[in-house]
Amino acid sequence: MGIGKTSGEYELIVNGSKFSISDSWLGESLLYVLRERLGLYGSKNACEQGECGSCSVMMDDVLVCSCLVLAANAKGREIRTIESVADGDELSDVQKAFIDTGAIQCGFCTPGLLVTIHDFLDSNPEPDQSEIKEAISGNLCRCTGYGRIVEAVQLVSIRRSKRDS
Amino acid sequence: MSILEEHIASSAGIGISASRPDGKEKARGDFLFSNDLSSEDMLWGQTLRSPYPSAKIKRIDYSRALAMEGVHAILTAGDVPGENIFGLEHPDQPVLAFDVVRYVGEPVAIVAANHPEVAKKAVDAIIVDYEILEPMVDSEEAIYSDPIHPEGNVIRHLVIRHGNPDVVGSIIVEGEYEVGMQDQAFLGTESGIAFPSSDGGVNLHISTQWLHSDRDQVASALNLPNELVRVSLAGVGGAFGGREDVSMHVHLCMLAMHTGRPVKMIYDRNESFLGHVHRHPAKIWFRHHADESGLLINVEAKVILDGGAYASTTSAVLANACCFSVGPYSVPNALIEGWGVRTNNPPCGAMRGFGNVQTCFAAEAQMDKIAKALSIDPVELRLLNALETGDTLITGQEITGTAPISEVLTSLASYPLPEAGTNAILELPGGTGRTTDKSHVKRGIGYAASIKNLMFSEGFDDFSEARCIITDGEVSIQSACVEVGQGFVTLVNQIVEETLGLTEVTLLPVDTSIGSAGSTSASRQTWMSGGAVLKACEAVVDALLSDLASESGISYEKIGLSLISTDGSDSIGIVSALHGRNYDEHVTHRHHPTFPLDRNGQGDAHVSFAFAAHRAVVDVDEELGLVRVVEIATSQDVGRILNPVQAKGQIEGGVAQGLGLALLEELILVDGKIVNANFTDYLLPTAMDTPPIEIAALIEQPEPGAPFGAKGIGEPPVISSTPAIVAAIRDATALELSRVPVKPEDIALTD
Amino acid sequence: MDFLIASSTENLCNLLAEDPTRQLLAGGTDFMVEVNFRHRDISGVIAIDRIKELKQWRHDGDSVLIGSCVTYKEIEQGPLSALIPALAQSARTIGSPQIRNAGTIGGNLATASPAGDMIPVLLALGAEVNVRSKSKVRQLRIDELITGVKVNSLSEDEFIESIRVPVLSGPQEFLKVGPRNAMVISVTSLAMVTDIEKKYIGIALGSVSASPCRSDEAEYFISQHIDWDSMTVQSDVIENFERLVKESASPIDDHRSSSSYRTHTVGVLARRALLRIFRLGI
Repeated sequence: MGIGKTSGEYELIVNGSKFSISDSWLGESLLYVLRERLGLYGSKNACEQGECGSCSVMMDDVLVCSCLVLAANAKGREIRTIESVADGDELSDVQKAFIDTGAIQCGFCTPGLLVTIHDFLDSNPEPDQSEIKEAISGNLCRCTGYGRIVEAVQLVSIRRSKRDS
Repeated sequence: MSILEEHIASSAGIGISASRPDGKEKARGDFLFSNDLSSEDMLWGQTLRSPYPSAKIKRIDYSRALAMEGVHAILTAGDVPGENIFGLEHPDQPVLAFDVVRYVGEPVAIVAANHPEVAKKAVDAIIVDYEILEPMVDSEEAIYSDPIHPEGNVIRHLVIRHGNPDVVGSIIVEGEYEVGMQDQAFLGTESGIAFPSSDGGVNLHISTQWLHSDRDQVASALNLPNELVRVSLAGVGGAFGGREDVSMHVHLCMLAMHTGRPVKMIYDRNESFLGHVHRHPAKIWFRHHADESGLLINVEAKVILDGGAYASTTSAVLANACCFSVGPYSVPNALIEGWGVRTNNPPCGAMRGFGNVQTCFAAEAQMDKIAKALSIDPVELRLLNALETGDTLITGQEITGTAPISEVLTSLASYPLPEAGTNAILELPGGTGRTTDKSHVKRGIGYAASIKNLMFSEGFDDFSEARCIITDGEVSIQSACVEVGQGFVTLVNQIVEETLGLTEVTLLPVDTSIGSAGSTSASRQTWMSGGAVLKACEAVVDALLSDLASESGISYEKIGLSLISTDGSDSIGIVSALHGRNYDEHVTHRHHPTFPLDRNGQGDAHVSFAFAAHRAVVDVDEELGLVRVVEIATSQDVGRILNPVQAKGQIEGGVAQGLGLALLEELILVDGKIVNANFTDYLLPTAMDTPPIEIAALIEQPEPGAPFGAKGIGEPPVISSTPAIVAAIRDATALELSRVPVKPEDIALTD
Repeated sequence: MDFLIASSTENLCNLLAEDPTRQLLAGGTDFMVEVNFRHRDISGVIAIDRIKELKQWRHDGDSVLIGSCVTYKEIEQGPLSALIPALAQSARTIGSPQIRNAGTIGGNLATASPAGDMIPVLLALGAEVNVRSKSKVRQLRIDELITGVKVNSLSEDEFIESIRVPVLSGPQEFLKVGPRNAMVISVTSLAMVTDIEKKYIGIALGSVSASPCRSDEAEYFISQHIDWDSMTVQSDVIENFERLVKESASPIDDHRSSSSYRTHTVGVLARRALLRIFRLGI
């Protein structure tokens, strides 16, 4: 194909399904493979240097920037993307809260933020505002000024504690 | 009531926090942005750009690159089928450079290949021999030096002469100010895909702000009739002015038509910084004259905007910078002289706030200087000079619409101040860097106010078309209005429900099969395309009324969402009345005409004005120069709130961009080259940098002539937030701070 | 094969011995940026982030031995943060939560950036780096490992196996100046660590020289004026101390800041760190 070094054949496990990758360039990031080889366009490519968080995914239950994961090195690891956040047609509570509080404008940062916030709330169910801001400090948003997003996280936290009580 | 409590709106209609109709798709990651499009057998495009700010192209040799496996096409200037020139207001920029390059990043050649990495390798393999020339990178020198472009270096020289500019005040304050080059830095970089079509034309799917302007420029460059260039909107990941100009559009179409295959292109972040226009850097001199009570009696100014190598919207940006240079104040005498110039710096054009941002920063600093000279409270001074309806701008235009500046300022000043900070590291300057203790912190408070013109000015034929189609009672709306995140799609639903009572609205694909909606910029789409959609819906009601009358022989009138016969015998809801009927109403909406400025910069050049004020509270670690913005409060003149949550989102987002300009965001140029074209060094505010944004008041005084009385709200938040933050830092430090962004060393190193 | 996943340190030694030009991939947070922006010619790659031994740490006696693939996150939030507080403080300032989940201490050292945030802390603590290849094992001081701007002294077939970090019995401080409150490359940073029993103070600076550096003269000077029993420092020596810290810096001007600001701030940070650890005496 004229691209030089290749990754050989490897298999990825994404959102519970297995995918075989072949004929790929060695330097392809997980983000590139998710988007351009698997057609999972939900993870976004805004900086490709780990500064914006738009490509955030879970890899073996750890939140990472998929642009900084060499795709071939994701072999054998459980990848979960934004496409796995909703349960079929049913949106997750964080997704609903984003819509309710107006946390979505252009929507480009939204998938990465949703993956990040789900991970964050799993470990810190009742965060204060500073904790929320630090948790999402790796996800840049250019439209909202973060106000609606912080409010969405607070709303989920309140709804979850009401549900659990 | 907090948004937490009132967030869920069960219905739409004007004034309610309706949810975005595209929210679910965007939350699921299913919404297709322009870089998410793909096609079988597509190729990847890549652009070779000039590494020099000024050079002659002696020779281009791409034979080795073209021979590489996987490379399908390499095109240069000679391959541009039509006019090798484009431009938003005025064509002056080559699609591909042919004899000289005038800025770092200017496109020279384009490549299509089977994999993005192959395309990049091919770009690397193209050999260009340049004869390097000395670049002109100083905007002031450029006015008088040898032209870098056949059209000369002065893109526009504008003089506004008002009243008697020789009047001298008893209080005179003078200052020189600078504004650095800010970038829109939308998150979704430029991207698109072009498909060759069998009729010899091309279909371009792209993220943009103005489909028809793109289409016209592409058609001219491709030497195709407009109807063979079909531009469709692909999902837009933010815009803020940076997508108003053509970027990859012609390149994609050329590659697709040449190879006969779909071609996709995505700029990476570095290329995105090279591939779109930026906010104009400005050098501004002001001399304000006031009387002893603080009343402004004369303002003199010189404004130089660096337009970079090509014109883009420099002319209109300069007009804004000059027309509104004095801010939202009544000024009887003024002499404002502005230059928009060409240099070998990167081209500059539209960015949210569009010219008003630059002069507002300087003029508001001047207002504080006057207040200080007279020991008047800064808000009092602004109130004393505030424009009112019936007052005249320095362009001689009378304000006929609403101008609630006093209400904006008074409501803001009376809003409670935030509490003193704690010793928690996340509440101190320096944050997790742990640099600062509470004892190192000084608090400052600053105010600023702004004026922004809404819609296009200076006689531009500004219009928007819309169609309302009723098919057996079901409604579809067509408009070429571009959704960039601002929430027009929500507004369409609200307008339809408000006028027709229908809640299920189909928004037809946004493309050039309908007439232009104009650009999503200039705070104009709610008024213009919202107005067009309203008019189209009203046309359906009119047609329905006329049909009912002719069917029954009795005339009907619309009251609310009901149609009532004038004899009182019948009443029917619009929704029921529409059932089983078909309509297709196509309308064009225009605002009232504006006129060019005369040779003294006088004329009714603008449509309507929106006002805002901001109060910033900052904590400053003076010794390290670190600033934490504690809170921004704002009041804004909005005419009428159409959607409270979306309004809040626009305001918060705009303020964050104003904060960016105040403290963080600048493209740094060294000999015309941007040295920080990446997100590691071009610093956008993170959640930790962005404080709570408190809305003290949204002043609702319906604007005559505006649909629903609503004014555009997107731009004012950017304009006066920046000067308010800097004023607050000055309040804490007593420093001059005449340049933004304010860097830590501007505060820490003052000896 | 162009891409290999090492299963153990033994395996890694062999893979490197086979072909020493192979590049090592740990957290990827620097490596992949270079790949994505084509600043790295990616050829043979060995991923080392699944090697169990490299992902572990243990506390033995007066030091901790940290595997090179231990992440920033683990150092920031795990039990290590109590043992080496300044290292945890520095970890918290690196990148974003996503970066801290992936980036590793070994990567921070091997990348050898002047702004590598953990490096001043490890310097001040007197940490040692265990370097290994198929043929030998050796220990390096941090300043022996990092020899220039993004240059380290590892030979092609070597890798960082672990870092031995002394556990001290006194307060530690890491301070970092950057224009933004998160995700920011340091403009200046300073680590100050103490051991009350050993009457030791270590000071190191980041982003003010080609490689992070110790401030030896300032350390020596101030140690003469500290009363370890009362944890006080004489007030009349602060100015001199600050001057000596500044003199140990040799910063440059670049697009992130100026040399004068860097020099100024490193002095301020030194004073503030000192006065957090010690009270002013007479």
